[in-house]
Amino acid sequence: MPDPAPSAALRPVEALGDWTISIIASLGRFLTFFLRALGSLVTPPFKFNVFVDRVDYIGFRSLLIILLTGAFTGMVLGLQIFLTLSRFGSEAFLGPAVALSLIRELGPVLAALMITGRAGSALTAELGIMRITEQIDALEVMALSPFRYLVVPSILAGLVTFPLMTALFDVIGILGGYLVGVKLLGLSAGTYFGEMQTFVDMRDIMTGFWKSVLFGVVVTWVATYKGFHVGHGAEGVARATTQAVVLASVLILMWDYFLGSVLP
Amino acid sequence: MIKVEKLVKSFHGQPVLRGVDLEVPQGSITIIIGRSGGGKSVFLKHLIGLLRPDSGRVVIDGTDVTHLEGGELDRIRQRYGVVFQGGALFDSQTCGENVAFPLREKTRLSGREVAQRVEASLAQVGLEGVGRKYPAEISGGMRKRVAIALALVTEPQIVFFDEPTTGLDPILVNSIHHLIRDLHRRHGFTAIMVSHEIPEIFEIADTVAMLHEGRIVEHGPPDAIQRSANPVVQQFIRGEPEGH
Repeated sequence: MPDPAPSAALRPVEALGDWTISIIASLGRFLTFFLRALGSLVTPPFKFNVFVDRVDYIGFRSLLIILLTGAFTGMVLGLQIFLTLSRFGSEAFLGPAVALSLIRELGPVLAALMITGRAGSALTAELGIMRITEQIDALEVMALSPFRYLVVPSILAGLVTFPLMTALFDVIGILGGYLVGVKLLGLSAGTYFGEMQTFVDMRDIMTGFWKSVLFGVVVTWVATYKGFHVGHGAEGVARATTQAVVLASVLILMWDYFLGSVLP
Repeated sequence: MIKVEKLVKSFHGQPVLRGVDLEVPQGSITIIIGRSGGGKSVFLKHLIGLLRPDSGRVVIDGTDVTHLEGGELDRIRQRYGVVFQGGALFDSQTCGENVAFPLREKTRLSGREVAQRVEASLAQVGLEGVGRKYPAEISGGMRKRVAIALALVTEPQIVFFDEPTTGLDPILVNSIHHLIRDLHRRHGFTAIMVSHEIPEIFEIADTVAMLHEGRIVEHGPPDAIQRSANPVVQQFIRGEPEGH
């Protein structure tokens, strides 16, 4: 027998209940997806050649954008921090200020956001098109796990490439700060790097490292999940791609705050 | 033999299959016909194991495959070949690499043996020498042939064709149908095809089943279907816009 229609007063409550259930169900699917990927990760065979291809796709092809954004971020930091510190006569601390900002916060976050925009969106679109053209179904009926071929190599590539891209971003950013602070504004190179050596320690580097590792997993997890669960046609792929970029970006910033609070 | 019993499936409360019963004899070509959006591809996906029914079951050679998962389902799928509606070829691989893919991933054949099997498989669908081309570089009809070569390269016992001639001109439709008939004679697989190419399918089918409003409303040899007194079947065969 069909359920009786709710009274007008109860409809908002019912809508809220439906919304809550759908959110919980989505979270459940999202988590199950990751657990399935983990399951495929620990059961052989490991598709090493696909992993190398994904490292190229996510990492190497993001190199130019990482170098460009890293350099300009460092230059902006160098300029603004120098101008601020000069009001207090503390220009000597430009090096550590630029380095700490990049290594602890801006490097991992901006590198992750850049890779999300370039590779995360492309990954979702690629998997989405494979889904709507039945290429993922074709893998399944060949008794070949789409997780093993498409998801696990991408997540592992994210795990490897995000820290590497972040390290490059940091180094290029520090050099950008050097260019502005030392070459343009006249701070001595010894002061810039000497103070940096005094104030930046391994804990700062590890904070940035762990952030980039987590962002690598989160971005590729979101991108592959959204690609696997596209709607219909080109519009479905476009929507999934947008959702992947927005969700991954929001998660990067959220996790950045939480990790920043927890890590030393 | 493939036996489908009382298969029911709904999407978001909308019934698509309302109790499909069908038997497919081993080694035959069975063609499912019916109007677009009538659930033919959904039915096929249940046979392949890509969808799970709300109720009912699919039995293949005495094994109930309806709720199989993981390795058990993979073992059954080793016996399948599937030709998808759009071909489902991997865009990033050449046609030869596409056909070689299941052999490379699922067998221990040497590189030379794989190459020989791929060349033979492409040759039997009339595509010698296109192995180095990408799917985007060949015509729609050639892509369908590559998809057939891919489905058959592992020598499956059961081959599913999901509207293999959609979007092709009448000459190509006939050529693909005759190719399927020839390959079936040569390899002896059980074929289940979803199609609405009327009347061409009557030339190649051993059995035709009409799916209408989620049920098989007529099932039998092609001439019996063509002589069917069922007005729904007659309307579909004649392509009449008005009817039942």
